Amino acid sequence: MNTLPDSRDHATAVLDVRGDFPLLAQTSNGQPLAYLDSAASTQQPTSVIDAVRRYHENDHANVHRGVHTLSHRATAAYEGARDRIRGFVNAASRREIVLTKGTTEAINLVAQSFARPILGPGDKIVISHMEHHANIVPWQIVCEQTGAGLVVAPIDEHGELRLDALYSLLDESVRLLGIAHVSNALGTVNPVAEISAEARARGIPVLVDGAQGVPHAPVDVRELGCDFYAFSGHKMFAPTGTGVLYGREALLEAMPPYQSGGDMILEVRFDGTTYNELPYKFEAGTPNIAGIVGLSAAIDYLENIGMARIGAHEQLLLADMTARLGDIDGVRLIGTAGHKASVQSFVVDGIHPHDLGTLLDQQGVAVRTGHHCAMPVMQFFDVPGTARASLAVYNSTDDVDRLIHGLKRAIRMFQ
Amino acid sequence: MSARLEAVPDASRELYRELVLRHARKPRNFGRLPAASHSAEGVNTLCGDRLALYLEVSAEGRIDAIRFDGTGCAISLASASLMTQAVAQRPVADALSLSARFCTALDTGGELGEEPLAALGAVRRYPSRVRCATLAWHTLERALASPRLGSGTAGAAATE
Repeated sequence: MNTLPDSRDHATAVLDVRGDFPLLAQTSNGQPLAYLDSAASTQQPTSVIDAVRRYHENDHANVHRGVHTLSHRATAAYEGARDRIRGFVNAASRREIVLTKGTTEAINLVAQSFARPILGPGDKIVISHMEHHANIVPWQIVCEQTGAGLVVAPIDEHGELRLDALYSLLDESVRLLGIAHVSNALGTVNPVAEISAEARARGIPVLVDGAQGVPHAPVDVRELGCDFYAFSGHKMFAPTGTGVLYGREALLEAMPPYQSGGDMILEVRFDGTTYNELPYKFEAGTPNIAGIVGLSAAIDYLENIGMARIGAHEQLLLADMTARLGDIDGVRLIGTAGHKASVQSFVVDGIHPHDLGTLLDQQGVAVRTGHHCAMPVMQFFDVPGTARASLAVYNSTDDVDRLIHGLKRAIRMFQ
Repeated sequence: MSARLEAVPDASRELYRELVLRHARKPRNFGRLPAASHSAEGVNTLCGDRLALYLEVSAEGRIDAIRFDGTGCAISLASASLMTQAVAQRPVADALSLSARFCTALDTGGELGEEPLAALGAVRRYPSRVRCATLAWHTLERALASPRLGSGTAGAAATE
């Protein structure tokens, strides 16, 4: 089953939490800010900003090292965050929660520590055509290093994964399947539970890029049935430089370290070093302690509202935004899958996405324009880039109004 | 809300002047030169602008013909169109000094000089768009610095 809600779940009342996010109170180019770029990075609520500040003001020391009181407090805060994250994604054990600086590092870790030692000529990694560069390039590199091949599962004109074609690629030479939970460029929600079941039935481990999945609906890694799930703090109201790799304990246990240094060892001797236990084996060096404290506070914030309510709120707004964009002459929607989350990409006849981005910015509307780090998706739809409006819990119908108004104005000007 | 929005002074008009939009909609010197003596390709990775520039430079060092093709935002297309008009039939040395003046002006906020190139002056206030406007000029510099075609080397590539 997939835990992301679909467009039928509209029963919940619309949320109004804009006031929790101090940054959103500002004006931009003389207009109230309409921030529609949360798929790139989300803003932080006061509770997260305060948690990071409190940590710096009261609790900071290095973790896992000192016997002094501050070090205990910092360690307790950091390890408490790990427990919080474990519960948030319902992993079986805190040993399965590796803290990273983001999704990108988490995927690189799996590419180098899990895939590289088992890959050789004739082996394959399968990914999809809708992946973010962070779930493409690490696999290209490990394939170059090992002589393995990278195989790409196709998508259709709606931006949906062609599941039959994907499954037909999953033969005995495939060593790993890497797949986005939610496409950052298209908003497509992939049925990762079903995909994981199909892959695992063939003995193929599955990595899910959850960067765009976690912020928008409840994620339960055991229900999804994947082997690895990677996500970033800064897409879910936490500071940048924080991320998580969930990995099945048996797999993590068998993997060599990724980076090496302090904290990932038990004993260092010049005739040999003993690595630390999970998850510390994968956490070399002093981590982003304050950021992880912020991530824990962000989880508190999300769970206080309720992930199901957040998902329902965003689905309401997305349906409204998509319908109104589609009604504008000259607008072509890119990404029209049946099951989507939070994102609508589009192009406008006669206006390059970059010009559109500037024209909207001048009206206080922040959208992302360009290839969204998913150039193969742009190539598939034969566009140089798109404009992308992406939603989070703090957006409202007002933001959608501003986007639609600004877009109509831009089109009039370029006519 | 819409009344308030309409009342805002329109910064867009300053950036996207009618002259700029005209050149973007219908760029001058758009196409290829089969007998080009110099060519280069320029890419602006940030927004995906991509243009190819073709020149016929005489033995005396004069730009006898210039064409470009490619895709890009309005700023990059208009700038390429205006650039080709500005340097056509001019000595290479003049084209290079014009390029240096234009790019320096946009990078440092200096004066752009006379119309029509000055139509792009407002780009200075949009740091993320400066590279759109300078792409054609940097590509011109790369093309002119590359060896003559037919002497065994393909065109140069420039990345903004």
